[in-house]
Amino acid sequence: MNTDSIEKRIELKAPVPRVWRALTNHIEFGQWFGVKLESPFVLGKSTAGMITHPGFNHRWEAVVQKMEPEKLFCLAWHPFSIDPKIDYSKETPTLVEFRLEKIPTGTLLTVRESGFDKIPAGRRAEAFRMHDNGWTDQMTNIEDYVAKA
Amino acid sequence: MSQRRDTAPPGSLPARAPLFSALGDGTRLQLIGSLSRGGRRSISDLAEGSRVTRQAITKHLRILEEVGLVRGERRGREILFRFTPKPIDEARAFLDLVSRRWDEALARLKSFVEEAPAKEPD
Repeated sequence: MNTDSIEKRIELKAPVPRVWRALTNHIEFGQWFGVKLESPFVLGKSTAGMITHPGFNHRWEAVVQKMEPEKLFCLAWHPFSIDPKIDYSKETPTLVEFRLEKIPTGTLLTVRESGFDKIPAGRRAEAFRMHDNGWTDQMTNIEDYVAKA
Repeated sequence: MSQRRDTAPPGSLPARAPLFSALGDGTRLQLIGSLSRGGRRSISDLAEGSRVTRQAITKHLRILEEVGLVRGERRGREILFRFTPKPIDEARAFLDLVSRRWDEALARLKSFVEEAPAKEPD
């Protein structure tokens, strides 16, 4: 059983450039992901912002690891880093890779998050707490937003 | 007293943290595979047909025992190991959570890219 990574594939009925923009434009990323980012994604730099959902009051931060236009976008972050008193920067981040591939119907997006084996003690318990606080609510919020857009 | 991190109650998720690295090894996964078929097996039994030495098997079993995936019980001169599967469920539960989180986020992305761009507000 692989406990270190998780991989998702999804077919999107939108052209590759459209999906690329939704991933790498920080405003658009924030709209579906649910974070108000203060600066654009820049290779090698970190970007941060507050999570925008009710019940969440913490900062989200990620560092851009790779940016190969319309092919590969790669972020490193500290999942479930919800306690402002903890300095997460000393912990090994997980890596998130978004791979885009053109298919007849639009774009095949593969998302792979890896590095869970190195998540330190306590983070998993926080993850469960966080989930209970409302990832499901969060999804509903965004669906509402998209419906109104 | 000032250190909170080692005081996780036994059986809680924080207490299970090393489980993930314990599972990140091919030999250990194979051992779990053998033991998960049930019953108790000795070290020599487990080493049989494996390219790994008895010493290495012993070391791997000890790591698995520390995280509670297997339990060794002495019988005479041998130690017999059996699979104690509860921690697997917790590791799986965590990955299920991460997996659900991605399903949700990607569903939002899908709506976002498929519906938002071309639409002009009335």
